[in-house]
Amino acid sequence: MSNSGDGVAVEDVRRIAELSHLQLNPQEEAGMLRDLNAILGYVAQLNELDTSAIAPMAQVAEILDLEGVVEAHLREDKAGSCLERSSVMISAPDSDGIFFKVPKVIER
Amino acid sequence: MTKRISDLELPGAMRGIAESPNSAVASTEECLRAIETQNPIINAFLSVDTEGALAQAKRIDEAAAAGSARGALAGVPIGIKDVLTVEGMPATAGSKILEGYRPPYTATAVRKLIDAGAVILGKINCDEFAMGSSNENSAYGPVRNPHDTDRVPGGSSGGSAAAVAAGMAVATLGTDTGGSIRQPASFCGVVGVLPTYGRVSRYGLIAFASSLDRVGPFAVSVHDAALVLGTIAGYDPLDATSSLRPVPDYTEGIDKGVAGMRLGVPSEYFGKGLDPEVQSAVESTIERLRAAGAEIVPISLPHTRYAVPTYYVIATAEASSNLARFDGVRYGYRAPEAKTLAEMYRLSREGGFGAEVKRRILLGTYVLSAGYYDAYYKKAQQVRRLLTDDFLAAFKNVDAILTPTAPTPAFKIGEKADDPMAMYLADIYTVTASLAGICGISVPCGNSHEGLPIGLQILGNHFAESTVFRVAQAVESLEK
Repeated sequence: MSNSGDGVAVEDVRRIAELSHLQLNPQEEAGMLRDLNAILGYVAQLNELDTSAIAPMAQVAEILDLEGVVEAHLREDKAGSCLERSSVMISAPDSDGIFFKVPKVIER
Repeated sequence: MTKRISDLELPGAMRGIAESPNSAVASTEECLRAIETQNPIINAFLSVDTEGALAQAKRIDEAAAAGSARGALAGVPIGIKDVLTVEGMPATAGSKILEGYRPPYTATAVRKLIDAGAVILGKINCDEFAMGSSNENSAYGPVRNPHDTDRVPGGSSGGSAAAVAAGMAVATLGTDTGGSIRQPASFCGVVGVLPTYGRVSRYGLIAFASSLDRVGPFAVSVHDAALVLGTIAGYDPLDATSSLRPVPDYTEGIDKGVAGMRLGVPSEYFGKGLDPEVQSAVESTIERLRAAGAEIVPISLPHTRYAVPTYYVIATAEASSNLARFDGVRYGYRAPEAKTLAEMYRLSREGGFGAEVKRRILLGTYVLSAGYYDAYYKKAQQVRRLLTDDFLAAFKNVDAILTPTAPTPAFKIGEKADDPMAMYLADIYTVTASLAGICGISVPCGNSHEGLPIGLQILGNHFAESTVFRVAQAVESLEK
């Protein structure tokens, strides 16, 4: 990203919109630029905390494991029943009943 | 025109499970009549399954007449937030991108309700993909607060809270990622429960932020909420984060009172920004709990002020990943004019998502992007641990923690709509428990001078739901 640490620039908004497969009109771009800078400015207060010795916490089960209760568990690796294909394909915007149909993938 | 709850005709208003008609058909018809008269004003239900609900109610009554054992929720009419799937019913998640989608499977929490004899009335309005604190972000129009229809019901489960408050359902399911059950319960004067992370299966919940998302009930009373939670809780092989712990009967011992309990009051939740009427209602309830024999213990949760920024980094990061699946390929809206695959993704998402969803996807993508991951996402995960440690330390010393649920009563529709930061601060007292994975409840504890409900939040340690219900039941008894 082109950002130098002074907040989000309009090029950053365009780049993350591209990464997110979102298309913003110029008015939306301006609004998002303003909002992202306001929110990230607020988030910056996290830097008041020295967290160099703190392990990141991704989810809650790891805390419960530390409390001595093993919460994480995976089911047996065995194939079970699944949804009928027809019940799923009926929701597809475009389908031949077996595959999802989409526009051309490669331009040339 | 502004309407207040006293102006509304509420045939089944605020009537709990025990006071409902013994006949499932009569109960269901009562709720359907309330939906017919109230919903055009409140906009809580997005779809109503009149035929299916009445057929299910009839089956329940026939089984009872034939002498079959009644399920725990036999004949109780329940509405479902539209982020949970029910086979054959629409599931919009409040978004245009899922308009017309009918999922082929039923969420585990809903399946358990049906197995216990509940009657599923239909699907309930919410903020788009559960992102919001006012229900104004729904693609299907805002929900109005039954206590004052110019005001928001809270969010994101605003419709679920409003439906119970207006007598359109005896109970509802909502979801809570940063406060989305507790805050609307507070705004609408009903009971709303945040179960411990892992207590209720997330299978069939359209994901927003998977490490935070939880399914929980709304009801008119603490007892009803305990009954519904007991029904939907439990291990589910379809959700790898669901807990193996057995589910207790949450109604057992609920009336034991608070004598001898140690209840913590954190100073950080009573500072700047707290509405004086909310403060006074909460403090007077705390005094009455003291008079009822609880020991009130001043405590500190020192990292509280960092919770909102931490939450908005983690929740948006997870959302940006979860919402990648809405691309116009398998279900929902596809932009018809797209010529290439990339254009189809872009135009479908552009046309299908509302402004707040886009804002959160962009923020989440930014905090996860190369060069910013450590500064934002990893940093927030580290602070998440500090916030959690605050609670774990506190619960060594107290049985439960008492705070306001929200800093203010329900605000006006449109009041914060153009200021995302102001809206995010509506979650200031609820996001902490979300990040720590602990359980909680919002229970009514008074009204403002304008007659708007005020909620008390009771927080308990991981899997301490029974403790939380016991304190909430004491508060409810004091209010009567």
